[in-house]
Amino acid sequence: MFIVYLIVFEILCGKEKMLNYIWLFFILSAIIIGAFNGRIEEVTSAAFDSAGKAVTLAIGLIGLMAFWLGMMKIAEESQLITLISKLVKPIAVRLFPDIPPDHPAIGSMVMNISANMLGLGNAATPLGIKAMEDLESLNKHKGVATNAMCTFLAINTSSVQLIPIMSLVILKEVGYTNPTQVIGSTLFATTISTIVAIISVKILEKLPVFSVERLLKKEANDA
Amino acid sequence: MLKEILNNASILAIPFILVTILIYASFKRIKVYESFVEGAKEGFEVGVRIIPYLVAILVAVGMFQASGAIELLSSILAPTLNLIGMPIETLPLAIIRPLSGSGSFALMAQIIESEPLNSFTGWFAATMTGSTETTFYVLAVYFGAVGVYKTRHAVIAGLLADVSGVFASLFICRLLFT
Repeated sequence: MFIVYLIVFEILCGKEKMLNYIWLFFILSAIIIGAFNGRIEEVTSAAFDSAGKAVTLAIGLIGLMAFWLGMMKIAEESQLITLISKLVKPIAVRLFPDIPPDHPAIGSMVMNISANMLGLGNAATPLGIKAMEDLESLNKHKGVATNAMCTFLAINTSSVQLIPIMSLVILKEVGYTNPTQVIGSTLFATTISTIVAIISVKILEKLPVFSVERLLKKEANDA
Repeated sequence: MLKEILNNASILAIPFILVTILIYASFKRIKVYESFVEGAKEGFEVGVRIIPYLVAILVAVGMFQASGAIELLSSILAPTLNLIGMPIETLPLAIIRPLSGSGSFALMAQIIESEPLNSFTGWFAATMTGSTETTFYVLAVYFGAVGVYKTRHAVIAGLLADVSGVFASLFICRLLFT
C-alpha cells in the first residue's frame, strides 16, 4: 500500500525528488509528532547524537575500507576479478546488460553478494562500495544512478542470505529448540524478495519517469 | 550437521578469500605489497566521502525514531494486520527494519524474549529480520561513495524488496511454525 502510494507519488511529481520528500517527511513528521508526544527534546538530541554517530560509523569504516580496497587491488591486478566476472557471465549479461561481460564491476559485485550471503557484514560494505566505484567508472552522467547500480542495490537490499547471524544468535540465546531452522525460513523469504527485487527493478527502469534522458532534460530546462 | 557446515563457512570464508587472492596474485607475479598499499590509499577518501550522506540519513531516521512516530504508524496500520495474520507486536519491527540495523536487532531480541518460547511470533520476527535489509543505510553509503544523489528507481525497488521479504517471511513461518 505504502509502496503503491510512493510510486503514484513519484509519477505525480515526475522529477527526481523522492529522496528529498522522504527525507523532508522524516524530519518534519519527527518534529510534529515529537511535539505532540512531548518528546521534542528527545528528537533534538537524537538529531545531534545521530550526526555524531554517522561520523563515527564512517571513520570506523576507513580501516576496513583500506584493507579490502587493498586486497581488491591485488585481485584486480592479478586478473582474478576478471576471472570471476567470466565465471558468472551467463547470469551477469542478463542482469546487467549495460556492463561489458568481462568488466571488473561484475567481479566486485559477485564478491559483495557472496560476502552478504555468508553474513560477513564487515567485508560486505567495503566490497559493495568497491563495486559501486567500478560501476561509476561506466557512468556517463555524474550524480545520476545507472540501471546497473539500481539493479545491484535492489539485489543487495533484498538481502540474499544463507546465514542470518543475528537472528540465529538471539534465538539460540533465548533457548529456542533447533534455532537453525531459521536458516531455512530466511532462505525462502530472501529468495522470494530477491526475485521480487529483480523483477521490479527491471520493470521500474523502463518507466519513463525514471529514465535518465528525461531526468537530464528536466534538469537542463530548470537551469 | 547443516549448522556446522554453515558456521564453518562463515568462519572460514574470509581466510579462504584472502588466501585465494594472495596465492593467485603471487602465481601471476604481482607485487602484492605495493598493490595493496596502492589500493588501500583510497580507503580514507571513501570513508570521508560518505559522511555527508550518512549524516543526512541517520539524523532523519534518528529523529523519526525518537519522536514516537513508529508507535503512531503502528497504531494506524494495526487494523490491516488482522487481515493478513501478522502479529501486532512485530509491526514496529517491520517499520524500523529498513531504517536502522541496530534498532531492529534490539527490537527483534526484545520480541523474541518477551514471547513464549518457540512461538510463531518469535520465529517470524527472526525470519523477517534476516530476510530484509537496512535499505536506507545501504542506499546512503553505496550511492554516497560514488557521489550519486539522483537515485532514480533504487528507493522503490529496495522498499519493494523489504515488503516482499516481510510477506514471504509471514507465509513461510505460518507454514513451518504453527
